[in-house]
Amino acid sequence: MIRQKHSFAKIASYVLLILLAYIMVYPLLWMIGASFKSNEEIFGTLSLLPRNPVFGAFASGWKGSGQYGFGTFFINTFLMVVPTVLFTVFSSMLVGYGFARFNFPLKKILFIVMLSTMMLPATVIIIPRYIFFRELGWLDSYLPFIVPALLGCFPFFNFMMVQFFRGLPLEIDESGKLDGCNSFVILKDLLLPLCKSAMFSVIVFQFVWTWNEFFNALIYISSVAKYPVALGLRMTMDISAEFDWNQIMAMSLLSILPPVILFFSAQKYFVEGIATTGMKN
Amino acid sequence: MVIRKKYSFPGYIYIMPWLIGFLVLQLVPLVRSFWYSFTDFQLLGDPKFVGLDNYRKIFSGDLSFLKSLQVTAAYVLIAVPCKIAFALAIAVILNQKIKGINLFRTLYYIPSILGGSVSIAVLWKYLFMNQGVLNNLLTSIGLPGADWLGDPNLALGTVSLVTIWQFGSSMLLFLAGLKQIPESLYEAARIDGAGKMRIFWKITLPQLSSIVLFNLIMQMINAFQDFTPAFVITQGGPLKSTYLYGLMLYDHGFKFFRMGYASALSWILFAIILFFTGLTFKSSDSWVHYGDSL
Repeated sequence: MIRQKHSFAKIASYVLLILLAYIMVYPLLWMIGASFKSNEEIFGTLSLLPRNPVFGAFASGWKGSGQYGFGTFFINTFLMVVPTVLFTVFSSMLVGYGFARFNFPLKKILFIVMLSTMMLPATVIIIPRYIFFRELGWLDSYLPFIVPALLGCFPFFNFMMVQFFRGLPLEIDESGKLDGCNSFVILKDLLLPLCKSAMFSVIVFQFVWTWNEFFNALIYISSVAKYPVALGLRMTMDISAEFDWNQIMAMSLLSILPPVILFFSAQKYFVEGIATTGMKN
Repeated sequence: MVIRKKYSFPGYIYIMPWLIGFLVLQLVPLVRSFWYSFTDFQLLGDPKFVGLDNYRKIFSGDLSFLKSLQVTAAYVLIAVPCKIAFALAIAVILNQKIKGINLFRTLYYIPSILGGSVSIAVLWKYLFMNQGVLNNLLTSIGLPGADWLGDPNLALGTVSLVTIWQFGSSMLLFLAGLKQIPESLYEAARIDGAGKMRIFWKITLPQLSSIVLFNLIMQMINAFQDFTPAFVITQGGPLKSTYLYGLMLYDHGFKFFRMGYASALSWILFAIILFFTGLTFKSSDSWVHYGDSL
């Protein structure tokens, strides 16, 4: 009796999970289907699969309607995202190590300050930052994304690394010191190899966030030649919304592929990283 | 935690990137923004000190300010609780011993990776537009469709759905938290004959309360500033029914280049967020239970 009740509950939760998962990914499945449908078919039918598959949407969408196509937008996005991600990993590693393993004057206060900037709404500093970058002549370049990453301006990641380092046994540092290593060598040779999962979490989060960045791209990047995919996509939509739905869907689909691929390939480390960086507290 | 009791210099070298970044890119801008909020600053030319003029104007007659405040409040009230409730419910279901849990975890997380990306906003527009997918679906089963994005009463709800759909990261945090709850607590409760619902309310939820608090605060801060979904899907319309605060800020700052006015608006938003974050923290004394680890 109990066993039966148990398995009934199990089946019920399976049905619920599958149903919900279907609803969750339906929009994405629809997007895939739509990029192979003709424009008439996109809104005419409900089936996800195209009746008469069309393959032209990717090629013509990629070319774009203006002077610059999605080839340019994709290269731009990588030029913006890759250095930002690398510098974020680099700076959060150093800052995390500094806070987790050293004692220095004002450390407690500085740490609290760093945590509280996590809650500082971006909107309050966006205008002076914009003006500052304008004074430096950095507008319409990717420096407004790259430099803050180098300077550890994403306290979320610093905090993540602090939590991760705190989880690593102090004996590692001690043994390194006995061998006469300085603190940098200890970080580089002993601790970093253990940081894989935390590093992947930083990479995945920062890659995805910068890749999806829209608001900052909108205010900092003004020339179409330097548009990242997000802006290119929106421009395409503004220009051609009446006619080329399948092209827009095709390009939307392509634009979400890099983050999705990265997530899937790093998923193992990513989930582990979240679990071990003390996000559980 | 601390290796040596005496202070050591290298610590400063390691945190230097952040320290510089904090001073130059956070603290100075904060001070400047505060100063700008008392000026008339059109970007070209120097800021002109005007005292409390911006604030006076905002509070005495700016209709779009009132409207967007209203819209933002409604948005936060719809999106944040729904998102957290979903995240919690799914996490609890996924925490059972279920085959294929990794697959489900991934499927539920995918929308969050795509996050506030433009492509998702574009997609949403097509799903919910007048001859869009949803309306086709509804009419095919004999239900009347609705003007999801064109009806001022519905548009905000439709936009909120994008946000709620991305409950994945909150869910992962809940899932990690659920794994930390000692099995012995559940066993004790079961021996006492507690039912499933009772166990959830008396054990699971209190044990997760610090994560609820974390999610609540993070999601609130984000929701108050949201921009992309409303900007791409509805441009704030129809009849400003989705004119989020972030949109208004963008309009004043980067469309009209009224930097002083926009700075004042951003400080008001800051005050609002601070107030509600503080309130949430304050209230948490009575509902957050910390484990013995803290």
